[in-house]
Amino acid sequence: MAGKKKKSKSKSVKVPVYKGKFGYQEAERLLWRAGFGPRPGDIKRFKKLGMKRSVASLVNHKGATKLIGPEPKLKEPLEPTDIWGHDHLWWMDRMVRSNNPLQERMTLIWHDWFATSNDGVGNQKLMMQQNHMLRRNSLGRFRTMLYSVTQDPAMLIWLSGDGSSKEAPNENYGRELMELFTLGADAKYSEDDVREQARALTGFRSDWTEGRGQHNFRFDPEYHDDGTKKIFGKTGAFSWQDSCNLCLKHGDHAEFFVKKLWGYFIPVPLTGKNLKAFKNLYIKSGYKIKPVVQAILMHPAFYNGPRMIKPPIVFTVGLLRAQGIGITSDAWAWLSEQTGQRLFFPPNVAGWDDDAWLDTGRFRGRWNAARYATDDALLDPNDKAFVSSYPYDESPELAFTNVMNFWGNPTINRPTKAVLMDFATKAGQQADSAKWKRQPYRVMRQNAMRTLLAMSPDQQTS
Amino acid sequence: MSANNAHNACKEFNRAQMLRSAAATAGNGLPAIEAGMPAPAGTGLSRRQFLLRSGAFSLTVYGAMHLDVMGLGEAIANAAAGPADPILVSVFLDGGADSLSMLAPVEDPIYRKLRPTLALPADGGTAFADDTRLRWNPAADGLRTLHEEGKLAVAPSVGYANPDQSHFTSRHYWEVGAVDPRLQTGWLGRYLDAVGSADNPLQGLSLDYSLSPSLAPVKAPVAAISQPSSYRFEHQNVWGELGTTMVNSLEDLGVSNTRSKDPSVKKAAAANAQSMKLRQQLLPFAVDEDEQPIGIKPPAGVVYPTDGGDFPERMQALAAMIGIGLPLRCVSVPGTGGYDTHDSQREDFDRNIKMTADTLLAFQRDIEARGLQHRVLVEVWSEFGRRPEENGSAGTDHGAAGAAMLIGSRVKRQLLGEWTGLAQLDEDENMRPSLDYRALHGAILDQWFGFDAARVIPGARNFAMPSLLT
Repeated sequence: MAGKKKKSKSKSVKVPVYKGKFGYQEAERLLWRAGFGPRPGDIKRFKKLGMKRSVASLVNHKGATKLIGPEPKLKEPLEPTDIWGHDHLWWMDRMVRSNNPLQERMTLIWHDWFATSNDGVGNQKLMMQQNHMLRRNSLGRFRTMLYSVTQDPAMLIWLSGDGSSKEAPNENYGRELMELFTLGADAKYSEDDVREQARALTGFRSDWTEGRGQHNFRFDPEYHDDGTKKIFGKTGAFSWQDSCNLCLKHGDHAEFFVKKLWGYFIPVPLTGKNLKAFKNLYIKSGYKIKPVVQAILMHPAFYNGPRMIKPPIVFTVGLLRAQGIGITSDAWAWLSEQTGQRLFFPPNVAGWDDDAWLDTGRFRGRWNAARYATDDALLDPNDKAFVSSYPYDESPELAFTNVMNFWGNPTINRPTKAVLMDFATKAGQQADSAKWKRQPYRVMRQNAMRTLLAMSPDQQTS
Repeated sequence: MSANNAHNACKEFNRAQMLRSAAATAGNGLPAIEAGMPAPAGTGLSRRQFLLRSGAFSLTVYGAMHLDVMGLGEAIANAAAGPADPILVSVFLDGGADSLSMLAPVEDPIYRKLRPTLALPADGGTAFADDTRLRWNPAADGLRTLHEEGKLAVAPSVGYANPDQSHFTSRHYWEVGAVDPRLQTGWLGRYLDAVGSADNPLQGLSLDYSLSPSLAPVKAPVAAISQPSSYRFEHQNVWGELGTTMVNSLEDLGVSNTRSKDPSVKKAAAANAQSMKLRQQLLPFAVDEDEQPIGIKPPAGVVYPTDGGDFPERMQALAAMIGIGLPLRCVSVPGTGGYDTHDSQREDFDRNIKMTADTLLAFQRDIEARGLQHRVLVEVWSEFGRRPEENGSAGTDHGAAGAAMLIGSRVKRQLLGEWTGLAQLDEDENMRPSLDYRALHGAILDQWFGFDAARVIPGARNFAMPSLLT
């Protein structure tokens, strides 16, 4: 096979695989970008497995997906479909505890891709139902995903598919199906295509009763426009499935898909030969998601390229995972709004703006997240019994080592280390300025350094 | 618990020091201290009360110069140098607001035919004096009042040629001030790049959870805060002077990483640096022990809506920020609610436009009560209007030309462009524009800011710019 010239030519459009060192930092990056950061022991385990087997263990999860580690401790037991904020807490708990982190990360990506907000849906039950659907399809076939999304009750409400009938086709879903979900705003389609897609997508409806709200979502042929439509230059009595398939088969879809998916993992654009190779891989696989994700996670640019800002929810969940702790506060629901990523409430149908993860408002949100994440382990400088057990001669170096251990020894850059050492030194001087301060101030130094390290610019990235 | 007490003690100490020092300097031949100004002994007034009660602008500036010594940042003091800086407030109606539900051609038979269920009643609303074919939706009564007072100009059919009916694309065009999908800076961001300072993030301020793209600059620092009173960096079980050292080190982390070769680390460092700067500027808004934001109370007689979400609270805070002389130039605030009314348009639109209109009226009253009405211009805009024909779900789909408004005491009441009517729609059955949005942006730059629009809006000279001000 390798000897044939024709084959070797097609080989030239194969996706390249990273061949370099897979050490501590590479394993750490993989754990952050394909999940929500390492838990104690994860980096070591991945290092041992090597790159390919680590990636394989992520995309082909063995055994049942389980939640491991401390269960949530909240004011009330989790009721994700009923209690305000518990939708967020429920999913966040999965992100913290699932032994299948890529599945959760992919579900988050699809939540952003097919961004649906409970602001418009107004029904936590349907939002949860959508979340399960996205998780089920997270590494499957994109066609199945698209079919599922198109019929999804939360989406039907969100983009006005519900009740869109042949007498009054609603353009909302059809437009976003092309612009945001499958083709992109630059793709070749016209306003006429939007209108014709809207006709093809008619027929979904539901019932509404007092107390129960909307239910019995269904496709009703009576409401469907079964007339002839012209979409992308093709003519036919297109159904809603045709509508999805026309998008999949559109010449601009594969490029849109692989570029967008790549963008969630790697911060440099996908171009040239690489783009071609990925398009090829995606189309040949029969529009499967998994092989594309696997190839991205093994691509040289994933490991050699620049760092990426951690999305707020990834940053926050990672703070808990690093300590091996669970969810112990209802505050995460509103804190997530400050950090800029409240789950189930993306800002609009285009999802979160990845270029705007950090600004003055969200920076402060992250500060508060770091504060709450260290709250359970907060040291009390006034607790005499505790303070007396705290080393009064703790050096700045030891304080630094302790804080690194606290966060599971993340990789930090030189300027960050210098500032932390400078703080540790100044705090030590303050501690030694009066006898009564020696121990309490060293306790406080540790508290402060935990937040400072979590907030350093390099720790906002992976 | 005792740890918290120790922390408060530290705050009390700072406060007493500050008041002492302020009074000492104020006694040094400067304008008289107003009644209510705290005595040197420091009888428990917070910094913010100190600043606000000092009322008169000179004294505020004076206090600010003093507070600079206490670490308030030079930017507030800089405001003293330019108290006459004009301020633009950009209010965005997110989703594509239906102009035909705001100013409705109620007697037009085409309107009644296209809007069988959504048309406003033929006998309701007050006639719009600048074009009597139109009547004000009673829900927008706040706007009608401003118009009758001669402080509001309407562009009833604003848009651009070959309109894009995507929210994101059309909004982007408005935000960047060009029909260019690739432009990555906002029109106000580019203006601030040209005239702004290198260390004042308040010059471009989003009162929102994130930065408005209109303000996106290349180099000028800008800021986003949801509420000014909430901008604090608290810490638990770190008290005394160590708390101050901690926040200083947070700032150091930003500074020391700004030269990182990695673009993302650099971005994070920049966010850090700007946050620290902003924190300095907003210290006057720090809340009291009970977390009460008493510093943003409006002047007597000014009443904002109480159930309009974030918008009225933010506008109220904004007026207070302008009132104490914070160095603002371009501010972006989202109006109440969403306007993408594909269904249940009547209720949603009326509720949201009412809250928005009532708030805008209250804001104008607030600014007037503070005597600052000549410094403030409000631009209200949306990414597009909606389709004249309703859609069968008691809503309307995306359209083309829509309405924009300018509000302010210096605004010349007039029609900006004409209302293009329903008899001649475009090929997609949408409203045609009579005024390009870039002419509106450009006229604001030229006439309000006194800045050559051509330096911000590509091809600005190709647009006939209306004369906006009296």
